[in-house]
Amino acid sequence: MTVNRRQFVLASGKYLVMSAAASRAVGYVLAGSPERAPGYSAHDHWWAMAIDIDLCIGCGGCVRACKEENDVPLEPFFFRTWVERYHVPEGDIEHPMVDSPNGGYDGFPERYREGDGSKNFFVPKLCNHCAHSPCVQVCPVGATFESPDGVVLVDKDYCLGCRYCVQACPYGCRFIDPRTHSVDKCSLCYHRITKGLTTACCEVCPTGARTLGDLKDPSDPIHEFLRTNMVQVLKPQMATGAKVYYADLDGSVR
Amino acid sequence: MRELFKDKEHLVRMAGLFGVGLLVFVVLRGVLIPADFGDLGHYRASALDDNSSVELRFAGRAACELCHDDVAAERAKSAHRSIACEACHGALAVHADNPEAVFPERPEATPLCVACHEANVTKPAWFPTVIPDEHSEGEACDECHMPHAPGFEEVGSDG
Amino acid sequence: MDTLLAMVEGFMYPNEVELQWSVLIVLYPYITGLVAGAFILASLERVFNVEAVKPTYRLALLTALAFLVVAPLPLQLHLGHPERSFQMYLTPKTDSAMAMFGFVYLWYLMAVLVLEIWLDYRRDIVLKARSSTGFVRGFYQVLALGSDNISPRSLEIDERLGRFITIVGIPSAFLLHGYVGFLFGSVKANPWWSTPLMPVVFLFSAIVSGIALVMLVYMVVSRLRGKPIDMRCLDTIARYLLYAFIIDFSLEMLDLIHRMYEADESFKSLDFMVKSRLFVSQILIQIIFGTLLPLGLLALTQVVRLTEMARKNIYAIAGVLTLIGIFAMRWNVVIGGQLFSKSFLGYTVYKMDFATREGMLPAIILMVAPFFILWGLIRILPPWGDDAPPSTVDTE
Ligand code: HEC
Ligand code: HEC
Ligand code: HEC
Ligand code: HEC
Repeated sequence: MTVNRRQFVLASGKYLVMSAAASRAVGYVLAGSPERAPGYSAHDHWWAMAIDIDLCIGCGGCVRACKEENDVPLEPFFFRTWVERYHVPEGDIEHPMVDSPNGGYDGFPERYREGDGSKNFFVPKLCNHCAHSPCVQVCPVGATFESPDGVVLVDKDYCLGCRYCVQACPYGCRFIDPRTHSVDKCSLCYHRITKGLTTACCEVCPTGARTLGDLKDPSDPIHEFLRTNMVQVLKPQMATGAKVYYADLDGSVR
Repeated sequence: MRELFKDKEHLVRMAGLFGVGLLVFVVLRGVLIPADFGDLGHYRASALDDNSSVELRFAGRAACELCHDDVAAERAKSAHRSIACEACHGALAVHADNPEAVFPERPEATPLCVACHEANVTKPAWFPTVIPDEHSEGEACDECHMPHAPGFEEVGSDG
Repeated sequence: MDTLLAMVEGFMYPNEVELQWSVLIVLYPYITGLVAGAFILASLERVFNVEAVKPTYRLALLTALAFLVVAPLPLQLHLGHPERSFQMYLTPKTDSAMAMFGFVYLWYLMAVLVLEIWLDYRRDIVLKARSSTGFVRGFYQVLALGSDNISPRSLEIDERLGRFITIVGIPSAFLLHGYVGFLFGSVKANPWWSTPLMPVVFLFSAIVSGIALVMLVYMVVSRLRGKPIDMRCLDTIARYLLYAFIIDFSLEMLDLIHRMYEADESFKSLDFMVKSRLFVSQILIQIIFGTLLPLGLLALTQVVRLTEMARKNIYAIAGVLTLIGIFAMRWNVVIGGQLFSKSFLGYTVYKMDFATREGMLPAIILMVAPFFILWGLIRILPPWGDDAPPSTVDTE
């Protein structure tokens, strides 16, 4: 491996064989961190995420990557995404035992024993990017909003820090950043997806347990995912229009 | 008529005061509302740009594989093929952007492997796990396995 | 901060461990409740012509104003970006309950309270301006907006307008506080808050607390001035307090019974919380000492013939207990609503700091401040007629 960057850029015919989106994405990366994506049209996308419970191995890679990518404070009270471990004693879905040590950032030290008749699985959580967001509804000034491409975003420079949205989120996805005193939450890596990259959490997920999807793109695999799996969203009774779809979600998850 | 007004004069003054207050409010509001507010919805349209102009930390595997095509080839058939480079190597956008600026450290294998492969009741049954102490007897995982191609079937080159 | 984690019982979503709304947000509904309650007591005299409570009419208005001035401060202090709060006026989102706060507040402050007080006091203000000199004179002239007209006809117009404003004011007071209840009642994510009864419960508890406050202020002020207490007035107020309290208590019980009977998914979790982490503040302070005891005491004065002295003492005790009880109620709503996880699987704790921005010290200061403001207001606009200049100095 002896190419340097300039040689590489000149030599690279590989660009041509990549898909348009991928080469655009790589172009951004190689050009250094770009300001924003000029070619991106928000109205052509409708972002969602697919999570396959059976694929999650609880490695915590998503949690670490998210904190790094989005500069989230490392204390155990601030997470844009986190992973929960469920332990459901047989036949008692009303009383699962749940934990999430440091949000799963350091993985999950063994806690349960095999063969006790329980059901065990991990549940990655993040903002559900609801289409009818209770958090957006309550924001008094419009500092949090649903973008035209279906992402619930925060305008940090406009946020009052009243915390009403934190109260209104049924999923506990929001927190106040102790450094900016504004609210913070998963932005679905808006700076990445607008450049054709996937989110940091999906990027590092080793098993493909979580994948970003564009519901407006007919060729996106998320359609296949939604068609072939039994899918559920979290707390459907809240009628939030959540767009993080879980395959094989157990009834005990809340 | 004049008489009538006279007894209401103080009220007119009060009303005037309210009027002035209202006027000041309307004017200030006009001046202070951000220009792009409401262009797309009830928010500052430029907040979208604020959100999309955050600095990248993870480059994405497509970028890595453009240059490190040897590693990519090595991994192409391995059990680890679906794992992105940065899942093990950490965020390396700065390096991908300019390889000369940052020379990445080689990650230590064992803690990495253990983080994913250590046996745990909660992990799905299909996922290959080991009890590290029993399995490797203290040896580093990459004594036997190659990180980029950990299985033994396809071992060929020097990795 | 890590000690917090150690006090978590069961499972909280990680972002939930730290409480979002502190004691300051407890003060906010408490204080606006006092405002609304005091105002409604004042309106009784004016709109429903309850002559007996006339001695407290102006006092109640000034009390309401003193507390209303302080009401936004806890909110302001609590904001992460107080310097941006004006944006609520710039770009209020129409479907946000909180966005309306600024407007409801301003409306109530300016269009209702200030106007009503001004109209009611205008004669006194003008007379003060006439009878004083120098700076003081200038001050009162400004207050009178430079008008010197207190002809009987102008006063009659004031009276009519004032009555109209009071009538508008009653729904406004309901709005001011029912709205605060809605703020909590409409959070569907939180079953402890989410009930359509919330605004109504808030409203009646507000009336209860406001009446109790004015009653106590009246007793204390009379004592300080060395004037006898008008027992007819005090008895009437106490009676209203009792009535309002009965309605309030019934509503709260209705809410409770409804929850217990429905026993939905959140019930077990909330039930456990009330019996453990909220036991002292909810069962002991709010319900037993803050509601049942004052209710019993007030009821006693209705059925047993007691001496004046005994009644005064009972009223004082019942009033203080009521104020504490309603404060506990606000506490249990605001803080209690954040102690349990929205996963219904665990509980956290609220640790109040002392001398921090959202600690106990600012809370105490904010609770005491209205009394100083009231003292100032009383100095500027004495609510009692007896030491005003004789009313014969009419003009023209
Ligand atoms: C623009 C081309 C380019 C891209 C893109 C790129 N690299 Fe590199 N990388 C290099 C070069 C050149 C070196 C230095 C090789 C050398 O000196 O042997 C290097 C070195 C490395 C090394 C150290 C190798 C060693 O011998 O220790 C690692 C690890 C590495 N890259 C990982 C990555 C990862 C992961 C990515 C994706 C985020 C990536 N690189 C993207 C060009 C690139
Ligand atoms: C399962 C974790 C893992 C993944 C996935 C992975 N690496 Fe590595 N990589 C390692 C480890 C561990 C080492 C250090 C090996 C050593 O010390 O000899 C390494 C070494 C390297 C090196 C330097 C040594 C060499 O073999 O050239 C490069 C370059 C490199 N990786 C690039 C990549 C690229 C590019 C990708 C993605 C296509 C990738 N790696 C994916 C774990 C991983
Ligand atoms: C980020 C998580 C992750 C890390 C780190 C990781 N692996 Fe894996 N490993 C996987 C996944 C995912 C598979 C694929 C399992 C499958 O598809 O059956 C796998 C498969 C394997 C297999 C099975 C190969 C086979 O043919 O069945 C071995 C052996 C293995 N890994 C060893 C290692 C070693 C050694 C390391 C450390 C260098 C390591 N892994 C690091 C996730 C990881
Ligand atoms: C002494 C050599 C050696 C070392 C050191 C070693 N392995 Fe292995 N490992 C093997 C061999 C041989 C196999 C395949 C035979 C088997 O399935 O037991 C294997 C298989 C595996 C498998 C696949 C198991 C399965 O069920 O398919 C995993 C996962 C694995 N190793 C992980 C690790 C990890 C993690 C480490 C470091 C803690 C490690 N290995 C260290 C030799 C080693």
